[in-house]
Amino acid sequence: MLYFLAYEQINDLLNALRTLGYTCMGPQVQDGTIVFDELNHAAQLPWGVHDMQKPGYYRLQQSEKKEAFAWANGPQAIKPLLFKPKESLWRVQKNDDGKLIFKEIMPDHKPVALIGARSCDLAAMAIQDKTLLKDKFIDKQYQWHREHLFVIAVNCSYSGGNCFCVSTQTGPKATSGYDLALTEVDKGFVVDIGSDKGRNLITTLKCIPATETNSRQADTRTAQAASMQTKRMPKNNSRELRNILMNHLDHPRWHEVAERCLSCGNCTAVCPTCFCHHQTETPVAQGDGSVHAREWDSCFTQGHSYIHGQVVRDTTEKRYKQWLTHKLGTWWDQFDTSGCVGCGRCVTWCPVGIDLTEEMAAIAGESNVVTDKKKGPHDD
Amino acid sequence: MESRKPRIAIHKFTSCDGCQLAFLHLGEDLLELSEKVDIVHFVEMGPINPLAKVDVAYIEGSISTPDEKERIQHIRANSRYVITIGACATSGGIQALRNFANTKEWMKAIYATPDTIATLETSTAISAHIKVDFEIYGCPVNSQQILASLLSLLHQTTPTASRDKVCLECKRLGYACVMVTKGEPCMGPVTQTGCGALCPSLGRGCYACYGPAENTNTTSFAKWLSSLGLSDEEIARRFLFIQNNAPAFKEEGIKLKGKNKHD
Ligand code: SF4
Ligand code: SF4
Ligand code: SF4
Repeated sequence: MLYFLAYEQINDLLNALRTLGYTCMGPQVQDGTIVFDELNHAAQLPWGVHDMQKPGYYRLQQSEKKEAFAWANGPQAIKPLLFKPKESLWRVQKNDDGKLIFKEIMPDHKPVALIGARSCDLAAMAIQDKTLLKDKFIDKQYQWHREHLFVIAVNCSYSGGNCFCVSTQTGPKATSGYDLALTEVDKGFVVDIGSDKGRNLITTLKCIPATETNSRQADTRTAQAASMQTKRMPKNNSRELRNILMNHLDHPRWHEVAERCLSCGNCTAVCPTCFCHHQTETPVAQGDGSVHAREWDSCFTQGHSYIHGQVVRDTTEKRYKQWLTHKLGTWWDQFDTSGCVGCGRCVTWCPVGIDLTEEMAAIAGESNVVTDKKKGPHDD
Repeated sequence: MESRKPRIAIHKFTSCDGCQLAFLHLGEDLLELSEKVDIVHFVEMGPINPLAKVDVAYIEGSISTPDEKERIQHIRANSRYVITIGACATSGGIQALRNFANTKEWMKAIYATPDTIATLETSTAISAHIKVDFEIYGCPVNSQQILASLLSLLHQTTPTASRDKVCLECKRLGYACVMVTKGEPCMGPVTQTGCGALCPSLGRGCYACYGPAENTNTTSFAKWLSSLGLSDEEIARRFLFIQNNAPAFKEEGIKLKGKNKHD
């Protein structure tokens, strides 16, 4: 059963979550982007804000229409909350007998309620779970954040210029991984329940059932988001693309893209599925010890392939090839899925506007442009 | 032999004194440190003993006079480890811009009696003169890098430094990219990290004070800056700035300047 949450009830929702002990994190405009930060009041939401995204380009625009979620993803969403950019793992200290004592450092803060997670990011979260919570190789800190997360998804009613989740089958409507999923319609949201935690919250808020008109409008909005997408991943991001890549490791396009690529790692930092990290050891001035932390790394750094005194991937060509033959290729062998969820972030936030769908089109010989499209607001 | 605290010296060559301040900025940590080491030469703080034999010598500044050329040799001979700090010491500093000019003519134009001034034609990095054990980049360097280098040595481990691009740190810290959101030229994608993405944190572009990162693609980056509307001259100036004598920047800067002349 679907419910209706009026715009006026957003603050009640935030209050209810706070009463349950959560810190609410939600989208808001900061420094010209939409970021997730502590959300205390509905007025902080990006009302009427739209984004213009092109390769290497991101701008916000204000419109008269008062919608809270008529924008596509900004640089980050779920990833930095669960797989932190830098997280301390343990402390080691010498005791009075000179023996080394290791002490685990676990997160210690309020659980987080995330408002506004998109479908692509939930798909990415499921993929990160596969890597960081796999069998006995569990990242304890990630697990803690994951278990303390309440997810309120928002189904997209608008796609950005670099979105291509339709072709990767990861959106624009969230199918799992949420406690509640909202779709913005006139005057509020249609609410779908994804868990018992979510149901309890909706009961507390005394939400009324959604009308037929509400749900029809929600479907139209989701369909509108899908129809706005102009980009696609060749071969629909399938295993076939994997095979093509693995059979074209010497394709000249790898060399051409490496001439443009800065090997800066922005793409991997914003990618919601990238999980590579390195570990650092920082000696502390007080006492005799150090703190061990894990920190986002990237296949575009030299440290990533430094083995036995040698940097194995010493050129940008090798690094760029590693990024995509893993993400779109051997990721299938490891995790039985592609590592791309079509969020388009790596395209927008690449400082020189490299578009992976275009690179894949060149290698796979299939277009990355969706044909027969109605014009979207970001097309002109 | 009686065990003693490791001895530290901080020497100055051609520079602005700003990097040494990174020690003083350590505050409480400096007090902790002074329990563990003897600072035997550090003019800015008080102790003066330039010829002392030490375990670690930190060097600020570039070599730009005949006297400095000699002095650095003595320091090397007197020190177990030599660590250079800052743009001047690691690449020659802003004053290396003189390397592009005719020193004699400049001297004549500026000073009444240029013959009384002993200076070299160039300003160069310390590593161009002696073996350097570890380099800390930046203009100025930050205190945490200094502290980490010394603590590592005290723990008998090799100090480490990342030569990754500023961008990675910028993203880890969650700053809005000024290039992508504002079209503001930012040198982050070719500059090495260490500053904590200070400039982007304040909404402005990085000006490359930490010098080139590893594996830079200055040519592609220069092309992108030109598509943002910068002239070749403006781009060249961004490379030929504080780190003008660092090979990757020098090469690209000269290339762009040459291009400009032919246009
Ligand atoms: S590869 Fe790019 S488009 Fe795909 S999930 Fe990662 S950031 Fe998004
Ligand atoms: S593809 Fe773009 S974002 Fe990724 S490393 Fe290359 S230049 Fe940087
Ligand atoms: S602001 Fe500069 S340093 Fe930060 S990501 Fe953008 S280009 Fe890189």
